[in-house]
Amino acid sequence: MNALVTVENLTRTFDVSKPWLNRVIERSPRRRLTAASNVSFEIERGKTFALVGESGSGKSTIAKMIVGLLEPSSGTIRVDGTDVWGTDRAATAKLRRRVQMIFQDPYASLNARWRVRDIVAEPIRTFALLEGRAVDARVAELLTLVGLNPEDATKFPHEFSGGQRQRIAIARALSSNPEFIVCDEPTSALDVSVQAQILNLMRDLQDKLGLTYLLISHDLGVVRHMAARIGVLYLGRIYEDAPAKTLFSTPKHPYTQMLLAAIPKLERATGRRKPLAGEIPNPIAPPPGCTFHPRCPRRFAPCERDAPPPVRAGGHRVACHAVAHEDA
Amino acid sequence: MAPLLSVNNLVVEFPTRRGILRAIDNVSFEIARGETLGVVGESGAGKSLTGRAVIGLLQRPGRIASGEVWLDGTRIDQMPAREMRKIRGRRIGMIFQDPLTSLNPLYTVRRQLVETILTHTNATVREAEQKSVRLLDAVGIPAAETRLDSFPHQFSGGMRQRVVIALALSADPDLIIADEPTTALDVSVQAQVLDVLKTLGEERGTAVLLITHDMGVIAEATDRVMVMYAGRRIEMGPSADVIHAPKHPYTVGLMGAIPNPDAEADRLTQIPGAMPSLKAIPPGCAFHPRCERRFTPCDCTVPAPQPEGGSSVACHLYGPAEAAA
Repeated sequence: MNALVTVENLTRTFDVSKPWLNRVIERSPRRRLTAASNVSFEIERGKTFALVGESGSGKSTIAKMIVGLLEPSSGTIRVDGTDVWGTDRAATAKLRRRVQMIFQDPYASLNARWRVRDIVAEPIRTFALLEGRAVDARVAELLTLVGLNPEDATKFPHEFSGGQRQRIAIARALSSNPEFIVCDEPTSALDVSVQAQILNLMRDLQDKLGLTYLLISHDLGVVRHMAARIGVLYLGRIYEDAPAKTLFSTPKHPYTQMLLAAIPKLERATGRRKPLAGEIPNPIAPPPGCTFHPRCPRRFAPCERDAPPPVRAGGHRVACHAVAHEDA
Repeated sequence: MAPLLSVNNLVVEFPTRRGILRAIDNVSFEIARGETLGVVGESGAGKSLTGRAVIGLLQRPGRIASGEVWLDGTRIDQMPAREMRKIRGRRIGMIFQDPLTSLNPLYTVRRQLVETILTHTNATVREAEQKSVRLLDAVGIPAAETRLDSFPHQFSGGMRQRVVIALALSADPDLIIADEPTTALDVSVQAQVLDVLKTLGEERGTAVLLITHDMGVIAEATDRVMVMYAGRRIEMGPSADVIHAPKHPYTVGLMGAIPNPDAEADRLTQIPGAMPSLKAIPPGCAFHPRCERRFTPCDCTVPAPQPEGGSSVACHLYGPAEAAA
């Protein structure tokens, strides 16, 4: 496999302790929240890898570490062989141009006081890619590429609808000619009909420009539609990592099975099913062993003791004692 | 049997300096006892306003300009505010999207439940407390008796929404209006909450008006569905029919736009453009500028709902041929 992005044992903890004085008075210890724990995956060049998980599973934390907005506690992220958090400043600076991000809320991610032209041209100016007239020509080209009008360059963000704003955000992400784009819930703030427009656009751009995507989403339908490979996150760990097709047809991890069973399905009109029990536990004090075991229908003795190591099972990488046991 | 709730030709308007905005335009529907009616549409379609108009909670300057709302044989849209307050909570319960803002953070769940029960029924404090436990039990909160003394912040999102449902049920209403009750919740929890709502209709005979933007939720939890666009009812029928054989071009587009987790499609159906703003609703059929099947009458006459199979569709493509010509 020709991997563009390689993530190895990525871990990030946050210190969520009370202030020093409170700790002294209340004799409470420091408290740490592990948002990502030993996360490893690879993204093939020109393909889409998706991370799915419920709220609090660490999706956005991982995205921020990969684009270089948040320093990992440990672990490495390599994009095309260059360490994103390496010590070689010149190399990481060069990498910045090649990695871009699209955010969830197009109402917050665009500067309301800037004209679309300046928003889209900012990466071009930052990386000194073009000068003078050529910048305007490039902006016009980018706006056409994302389905907007070149004349829109002189307008302000408030003159656009949510879907159009997300197109502007995509044009900005594309303006530095990146190879890899991290998309953090790019359509969750949009209506379905507009979401379809944006998802189609993202796929067209991938075909046209050979882009590699990391897609972060909680919507399994979106993920199924977009991704070649999917990692399922639960409490900061990847419990299953598999090709999209087989993940949906033959999920192996009990959490994945539970998650897929929980999606409201159009086919199931009037049908009835058993909803899964429980909710995501508090990430500050996660359960010992496999963090999913309190909700798991297949738990047995080792689940409460040891965190399961990932094992390969037919193209899937699954971290589950029960699955490992049945294969052995 | 007479329907529990019937809404006839409801029109909601907002007078502004630049003229009157019509947010809901001639919407009619009925809900029978024990039935769950879904209202679906994209943002700005008028779903939530429809729910608010029914319970008389329109925010000023919004007002019901014409039309009627009947609850169990009583007309409630022109009721004085004091009488309406007795209906709200007592006959019609409400569940809103964000469970944290619909609970009072300063009071325990016990106090909020007991207070609501005492306000609406003749129960004694003791009976009200017993009933509170039963309600929490019914919505699936484990160890109900001990959780009664918790504050809202001590519950997780899904549990909080269950408390809100318990509150809405506290006076045994005939109808519950649930406005995006699962939108703020994770999928696994959403399934649990939908299950609680479904059980209501089956076990207590409570009718539910379920407002959502999610077709999956509609498929999962409703008997019939009304599709709204720009304040108008464009399609209504049994949920399975509307989902599997949508008739109105907008519903067809909407269904095709949903990424289906069970099947791989190369491209999603795309509806060009976006929902029009209330300030500029196109003449004729409000959907015609985005519609691929538009023809002559679409940009001048508003299509009237026509029966089509088991559904009713407001589109010039359907109905008597002479009307279309």
